[in-house]
Amino acid sequence: MIPEIGTGVLLVALALAVYGAVVAAVGGRRGRPALVQSAQHAALGVFALLTAALLLLIYAFLTFDFSVRYVASNTNLGTPFYYRITAVWGALEGSIVLWAWMLGLYTLIVVLRHRTTARELYPWVLAVMLGVLAFFVLVMTVPAPVFTRMAPVPADGRGLNPLLEDSGMITHPVALYLGFTGFTVPFAFAIAALVTGRVGDFWITTTRRWTIVAWYFLSLGLLIGGWWSYHVLGWGGYWAWDPVENAAFMPWLTATALLHSVMVQERRRMLRLWNLALVVLTFSLTLFGTFLTRSGVIASVHAFTQGTIGVFFLGFLAVVVLVALALIAWRWDVLGAQGELDSVISRESAFLLNNVMLVAATFTVFFGTVFPLLAEAVRGEKVSVGAPFFNQVNVPLFLSLIFLMGVGPLIAWRRASLENLKRNFLGPVIVGVAAAALFRLLGVGSVLVAGSLALTLFVAACIAVDLFRAVRARRAMGERALPALGGLLLRHNRRYGGFVVHLAVLVVAVGVTGSQTWSVHTETTLKQGEQAELAGYRIRFEGLRESQESNHGKVTGTFTVLNGKAAGTVLEPAKKFYPQEQSPIAYVDYRLGLIDDIYLVLGDFARDGTSVTVKIQVNRMVSWIWLGGVVLTLGTLLSVLPERRKAA
Amino acid sequence: MRRPWRWLVPLAALPVLALLAYGFRLNPRDIPSPLVGRPAAPFALTSFDGAPVELAALRGKVVVVNFWASWCYPACYEEAPVLERGWQAYRDRGVVVLGIDIQDKDEAGRKFIADFGLTFPNAPDRGGRVSVDYGVYGVPETFFIDRDGHVRVKHVGAVTEPAFRDAVERLLAAGPGAVR
Amino acid sequence: MAAAAVRAGLPVLLAVLLSATAATAQQPSRPVDDQQAYEIAAELRCVVCQNLSVADSPSEMASQMRAIVRERLAAGESPAQVRQYFVERYGQWILLSPPRRGFNLLVWLAPLVAVVVGLGVVALLVRRWTARRRPTPPPVDAAMKERIRRELESEP
Repeated sequence: MIPEIGTGVLLVALALAVYGAVVAAVGGRRGRPALVQSAQHAALGVFALLTAALLLLIYAFLTFDFSVRYVASNTNLGTPFYYRITAVWGALEGSIVLWAWMLGLYTLIVVLRHRTTARELYPWVLAVMLGVLAFFVLVMTVPAPVFTRMAPVPADGRGLNPLLEDSGMITHPVALYLGFTGFTVPFAFAIAALVTGRVGDFWITTTRRWTIVAWYFLSLGLLIGGWWSYHVLGWGGYWAWDPVENAAFMPWLTATALLHSVMVQERRRMLRLWNLALVVLTFSLTLFGTFLTRSGVIASVHAFTQGTIGVFFLGFLAVVVLVALALIAWRWDVLGAQGELDSVISRESAFLLNNVMLVAATFTVFFGTVFPLLAEAVRGEKVSVGAPFFNQVNVPLFLSLIFLMGVGPLIAWRRASLENLKRNFLGPVIVGVAAAALFRLLGVGSVLVAGSLALTLFVAACIAVDLFRAVRARRAMGERALPALGGLLLRHNRRYGGFVVHLAVLVVAVGVTGSQTWSVHTETTLKQGEQAELAGYRIRFEGLRESQESNHGKVTGTFTVLNGKAAGTVLEPAKKFYPQEQSPIAYVDYRLGLIDDIYLVLGDFARDGTSVTVKIQVNRMVSWIWLGGVVLTLGTLLSVLPERRKAA
Repeated sequence: MRRPWRWLVPLAALPVLALLAYGFRLNPRDIPSPLVGRPAAPFALTSFDGAPVELAALRGKVVVVNFWASWCYPACYEEAPVLERGWQAYRDRGVVVLGIDIQDKDEAGRKFIADFGLTFPNAPDRGGRVSVDYGVYGVPETFFIDRDGHVRVKHVGAVTEPAFRDAVERLLAAGPGAVR
Repeated sequence: MAAAAVRAGLPVLLAVLLSATAATAQQPSRPVDDQQAYEIAAELRCVVCQNLSVADSPSEMASQMRAIVRERLAAGESPAQVRQYFVERYGQWILLSPPRRGFNLLVWLAPLVAVVVGLGVVALLVRRWTARRRPTPPPVDAAMKERIRRELESEP
């Protein structure tokens, strides 16, 4: 029943989406509002149908309907309730359903928000959104059909990949996909602007909040992914420069560039061509990302191509890129820079440099990711491009970006006089240099580490200088400090939201630097009652016990931390034995702290439970990364508040 | 930008797209082995039955070394009968089939051997030394070694009857002392 | 992220073997520098995982490879020799970072090229844009100043 209904729902949605896209485009071209209306209704219909399909799939999972092959492959009778819901997007077919549904949701919001405010652009925005929707629904029906029937209906399913039985599964794909799909909206507006020739500021000011929201969810998705990697995969790291991770990171980089260059367009009416190109690039990178993840073209040794889906994605990516870039080439004249620059030392220059660094980083990551393909095509030999490469080449780029983060907000628009530079930067520079000297003196780390930390202090000082001066100005007018600060944040929420976001980046940067530099680890075999020592912590192995959970067997080791702040903490890393998996899955146990995380992974154990091999890590400053995420959320919320006064 | 040059912008995307399309023809699983043509690394293991299994002692014979594991399903399960049949067919013609069980537990290995009724020598590689020496990155992998002790063929994935026969016949025909 | 099989277990015997190896290491043996062993392992690709290094991977194959690294260091090999051992058996692919030679130089130079090209483009644009700025008004000469003064004074 469900397979047939589901397939039917999707086919109707596909037809509606195609109809709507065509009709909206025609309506836009011919100036026929009735057609646009019809397309609008089609869009609402598509969303309703996609919601129905998603609910149908969830229902199938909750009721163990193994007649749906996707359900049988991703769950079994022992899968806990909440994982049965998240299993919906646990594998390829279902992830496309989630993606498409979010796209439909965004289309709905676009319809509600912009149907009266974006008169000329609206038909084309709708056409593009529906066109992209049509593609994803097509993928859901042809190469990766989610409602395929399973015959004969098995008594039990295969079960969810045990690595996905984690809270990260609930949040990570959701946040990530909200980010990815969110960039479709600015892209649709960009295409609409190009097609109609209205390439002025309207399209970009209208999509400013969309870009920030999509960027935020993508940032959140990346951070949650790092958290998931950290606490589930058992290697104690949060970022491996895996092609799939890179695929999500690249649109983040270009979107960050866009968020900044937009300000130059708003203020000085420059970089219009560049901003259009950035939007197209960001959206294309999200498509590239989904292509990379699902085609198996660049992957580790144990990936495999999933049939024809890669061809579909590459084809769509090709169409999008070629059409969008052709549109830009067509409108090149109209997009020529009208603006002018007064001086090289100005905020405009800082933003330009910011964009150069971010796009250079994107290129570096992209080239590194596809290089194995290139090397094989040209030389016929297989090479790996992994973490050591990416870490090495990206560090200078990211450090210069952090430096720009401090300089940019304070340096004057148009032309920064020497006076202005001294006034703003003398203090922070002194702070930075002093900090660097102090760190070196204390032997805190290598030159690079001391320099990086000093740089973050420099930027923090820049932010502090600006805030302090602004509050002081308000106090001079009679306001008290705290309300002055509050009023400042609210009235200039874009600026100070940006500052808080910069602060979040600093916090994450400190976390990354600290964890890479000062984390320690050891691997040792302990008998019952024996202790191991690492970084001043003494950890005793108490014993082993076996248990049977709903869908797996488990062997748990009990360890006690004997001293220090964490004294008395009991940690229970385990090994989970799933019948459908070939080897056991490690269940990591950890104690988080602001500075120290104690992290245990169970290795091999003696049959009688008297001895065990355990990998102990003391990871430093990792929590700062997650805290940075919290600060990021606050900053973004501040940025998207409705403005209290018109931006100058 | 003058009229025609601007069209470089969309055209610039074509090589990148072509490269990605090329990727479909590649198999990321298929890492070419640098060992083909080189002398096979010597090893000395003890079989599950307690007998010594040494490559050096087999110089002059064609040796088929198969790396497997009991948990490697379905590929090792598919090729086990092929290897057994190949062993029976060629053992009198100077061909030796050796199985090496990697990353596995002894009882699981023994059960596998018993289930498939394998009569050729099988030894566990407990520390993984031999598998790394042969550049093994997954199971199953099979190496066909000629009479002079050089690796001539590396087969990744389950061995099929035709693949087994081709490789063995070729190495038998090559004769001793023939290099290439 | 890495949803492929991550084998996180060692057979019982391996733990015994590891301690046995340490106890019966062949002469000549040097004390192994943990940091050095870790660094070499961090440069090798774990062959059964998605993009993890041998140092980080919790899989069985990786811990076997880590043991081999330690053994070889203990036997007196240099880090370069240990790496070469793996490259001879797996090819260049086993190194997580491509060696900076030949064709692979392309990927190492790419970031530098990107930054240089980017800065170059920006420099060109900045030059064009600063040339376009409105010229500062010409200084007012004395005759004009006199005229202005008279006109202002003649206003009622």
